[in-house]
Amino acid sequence: MTVRDILELLDGEILLGEENLDTEVHTACGSDMMSDVLAFVKDQSVLLTGLCNPQVIRTAEMMDIVCIVFVRGKKPEAGAISLAEGRDLAILTTNYSLFEACGRLYEKGLTGGAKIE
Amino acid sequence: MNDRIVLTYHVSPEDFTRAGEASSDVKNKLKQMGVSPSAVRKVAIAMYEGEINMVIHANGGDITVEITPEKIVMILKDVGPGIADVEKAMQEGYSTAPDHVRSLGFGAGMGLPNMKNYTDDIQIDTKLGVGTTVTMTINL
Repeated sequence: MTVRDILELLDGEILLGEENLDTEVHTACGSDMMSDVLAFVKDQSVLLTGLCNPQVIRTAEMMDIVCIVFVRGKKPEAGAISLAEGRDLAILTTNYSLFEACGRLYEKGLTGGAKIE
Repeated sequence: MNDRIVLTYHVSPEDFTRAGEASSDVKNKLKQMGVSPSAVRKVAIAMYEGEINMVIHANGGDITVEITPEKIVMILKDVGPGIADVEKAMQEGYSTAPDHVRSLGFGAGMGLPNMKNYTDDIQIDTKLGVGTTVTMTINL
């Protein structure tokens, strides 16, 4: 799945990183708690979240996350967007809820990639 | 790579939105030095959690990162309230963070456990009312 596929599956809007639309996405996580996101390293991952502050971008940066999807039509604060500029990161927004957005991607074969033991 | 590089940062307590700047800078520098991506990511995540902790709990602090060809050592020093029960603080899900911190996406009780999981060694030297020094080592 690519960032472009995610954009289409979620009827989304791209806010930043159009040059990254063809980046491959292998795994996903959905959370508003950034420490829970930081607990599992994944490769080529998309983060779906309802949290809109700059720490979402920072978390994505530390994890090498390739795409962030803000759910329920949320758009991040201006400061957050500017923090993401110049990184290999695509930022999308979708009107679907977190549950619905995750479900739509999971249905098309995207998984969490990490199992709790 | 030079034999030994030392980076120092001051973590400002005032602005939560700026938390992570030091970790971001270290990440970029390590990348430029050619450190392996997996080691860079471990350092970045562990230090970022520590930086967030400093802002949330300790009124800021100072970070020293020492890079040698063998290992990366991060020393995070604050003069905050100290950790009352280190054993509990190391448990996943245990948090003393106030509610407003949770609305910012932190305080899930994963900070110290994450720091432990991503590093090869972690030492916590803490005294109530005096402060905390966390020393984390990642072997290269």
